Amino acid sequence: MSDVAPTPLPAPSSDEVVRLPLSRRLASSSLFLGLVSLVGAALLWQLAVTIFPIKSYLLPSPVEIASTMFSQFPFQAQHAVVTLREVLVGFAIAALIGIPTAVAITFLPIVEKLFYPILVATQAVPKVAVAPLFLVWFGFGEAPKVAMAAVIAVFPVIIDTAVGLRAIDPDMVRLARSMRAGPLKTFWKVRLPVALPNIFAGLKMAMTFSVIGAVVGEFVAGTSGLGYLIQAATGTLQTTIAFASVVLLSLMGIVLFLIVEAFERIFVSWHPSMDRLY
Amino acid sequence: MMDSHVPVGARAAVEISGLQKTFRSVRGSIQALAETNLTVRPGEFLSIVGPSGCGKSTLLSLIAGLDRPSAGTIRIDGQEVNGPHESLGVVFQRDLLFDWRTVLDNVLIQVEMRGLVPKAYAPTARKLLEMVGLQDFHGRYPRELSGGMRQRVSICRALVHNPTLLLMDEPFGALDAISRDRLNADLDRICGETKKTVIFITHSIAEAVFLGDRVAVMSPRPGRVVADIAIEAPHPRNLSFRETSEFAGYARQVRRIFEAEGVL
Repeated sequence: MSDVAPTPLPAPSSDEVVRLPLSRRLASSSLFLGLVSLVGAALLWQLAVTIFPIKSYLLPSPVEIASTMFSQFPFQAQHAVVTLREVLVGFAIAALIGIPTAVAITFLPIVEKLFYPILVATQAVPKVAVAPLFLVWFGFGEAPKVAMAAVIAVFPVIIDTAVGLRAIDPDMVRLARSMRAGPLKTFWKVRLPVALPNIFAGLKMAMTFSVIGAVVGEFVAGTSGLGYLIQAATGTLQTTIAFASVVLLSLMGIVLFLIVEAFERIFVSWHPSMDRLY
Repeated sequence: MMDSHVPVGARAAVEISGLQKTFRSVRGSIQALAETNLTVRPGEFLSIVGPSGCGKSTLLSLIAGLDRPSAGTIRIDGQEVNGPHESLGVVFQRDLLFDWRTVLDNVLIQVEMRGLVPKAYAPTARKLLEMVGLQDFHGRYPRELSGGMRQRVSICRALVHNPTLLLMDEPFGALDAISRDRLNADLDRICGETKKTVIFITHSIAEAVFLGDRVAVMSPRPGRVVADIAIEAPHPRNLSFRETSEFAGYARQVRRIFEAEGVL
C-alpha cells in the first residue's frame, strides 16, 4: 500500500513526488491508522477482561485467543482449508454463472422478462431457510456448502453487472456504429470495459457473500470447516476455540476481498474511483 | 433520381435530395427536417449553422447513416447511404474518449473497430497527434487531458483511417472560448493539409463563417436550408480574418437571415 501522499496524476518522474516527514505520512496512511484502531480495541478488550470478573468461557481475552490460535494452528488450518475451498469454488461458480446471465438479461429482452421475476423471487427466499434442502439435494459433503455459497454470491454479480452494462452512454454506441463495428465488437471493446467497475463491485460483494454462504452451510450440516468448528466449540463451551476460528474466518474474508480488489486495480486502474483509495 | 444540384461535370461528394425526417412517438409526430436539398463538392468545407433544435444534428445523423430518413436520399460518392459509409469519420459533440485507453489507443480504436491492423496505422495516428500538438501525450489517459485536448484526440480518431468525408457535430460547443479559437484555427489548417470533404454543424455564426467554404443557413424547426452563402476567402485563414470587414459582412448576412426567420 502506498505510503506517499496520493498524487492526482501518475507522476512523470520520481523527483516530482512530494516526500512528507514520516510522522505526517503515518498520520495519513489508512493502513497504519487501521492497525492503530485494531490494536487499540484489542488492548481495551484485554483490559476489560482483566479488570472485570468475566468468565473465560463467556469472553476470552485477546491474549488467550491468540495463544490458542498459535497452539492449535495445524488443527485450525485444516478446517480453514476446507472452508477456503468451499468459498472459492462457490465464488467461481457465482462469477461464471452471474456475468453471462447478466449479459443475457441485458441484451435479450425475452430472457429478462422470463428470468428476472424468478431471480427476484428466489432472492426473496431466505437462503438459510432452504439450507436443509440443499443437504437433501447435495448430500453431506462439501457440495451443499459450495451450492449455498454460490447461490448467495450470484445475486450481486448479476445485479451489478446488469447495472454496469446498462450504464452505457448511447452516444458511445453511435460512435461504435459510425466505425462500422458489429454488436460483438461493440460489446468487447465498449460495453464490457464500461461495465467493468460495476462488475468488480459485484465480485467484491460476491466474495464476502460466498464466505457467509459456506459458513451457513457448515452450520447446518458440517463435519469440517471453520463454521463447523465454531458450532462444535460453542456447543462444548470451548469459547476460545470458537473465537480463534472467528478471527481466522475474518482474516480469510479480508484477504480474499483484498485479492479481488487487487485484480480490480489491475483491470480498472483507469477509473477515477481508483485515484484516492489509499 | 434528380441530379439537379450538381453542376454538370463536377462529381458531388455528398448529395442530399428531398430529404425529410419525422420522429414519431406516442405523443404525436415531430417534423425535425423539412425537405432538404444540399450538395457538397469533394474537398469542400460546408458549415451548417442554425438555431438549437433546428434539426441540424438530425441532418448529420442521417448523413452518417446512424438514422434513417423518412423520405429522400443521401448519396456519398454516388453511393446511397444505407448505414455508416465506409469512408467516414465522425466527430461528436462530446469527445466520447474511452477512459481505459491511452491517447494513442483511443485514436487507433477507429481502425480496430473496422477490423484493420492497428499497428499499420500507428504512424498515421502519431502524425495526426503531432498535427494537433499532442505528440507528448501518446501514453496519457483521457482523464489527464483538458477538454480541448480531449476533443483534439477525437478529431484524430475521426481522421486516422483517412476517410474522404469528415462529419462534425458541434464539436467545440462545450469548450471555453480560447480553446475554441485555437481549435478553429487548428481545424482550418488540418483540413487544408488533409483535403477532406467536411460537413461542420455549429450554432455559432462566427465559427461557421471562419471555417466554411460555404455556409448553409438553416431555419428553425422544421429545419430546412434557407440560404447557401459562399465564403470567398483563401485558406488557411488566420484568426485575424474575423476582424476584417469581409468577415463582418458575411456574419451580418447570416444574422439578417436569422432575423428574417425570427430566430434573432
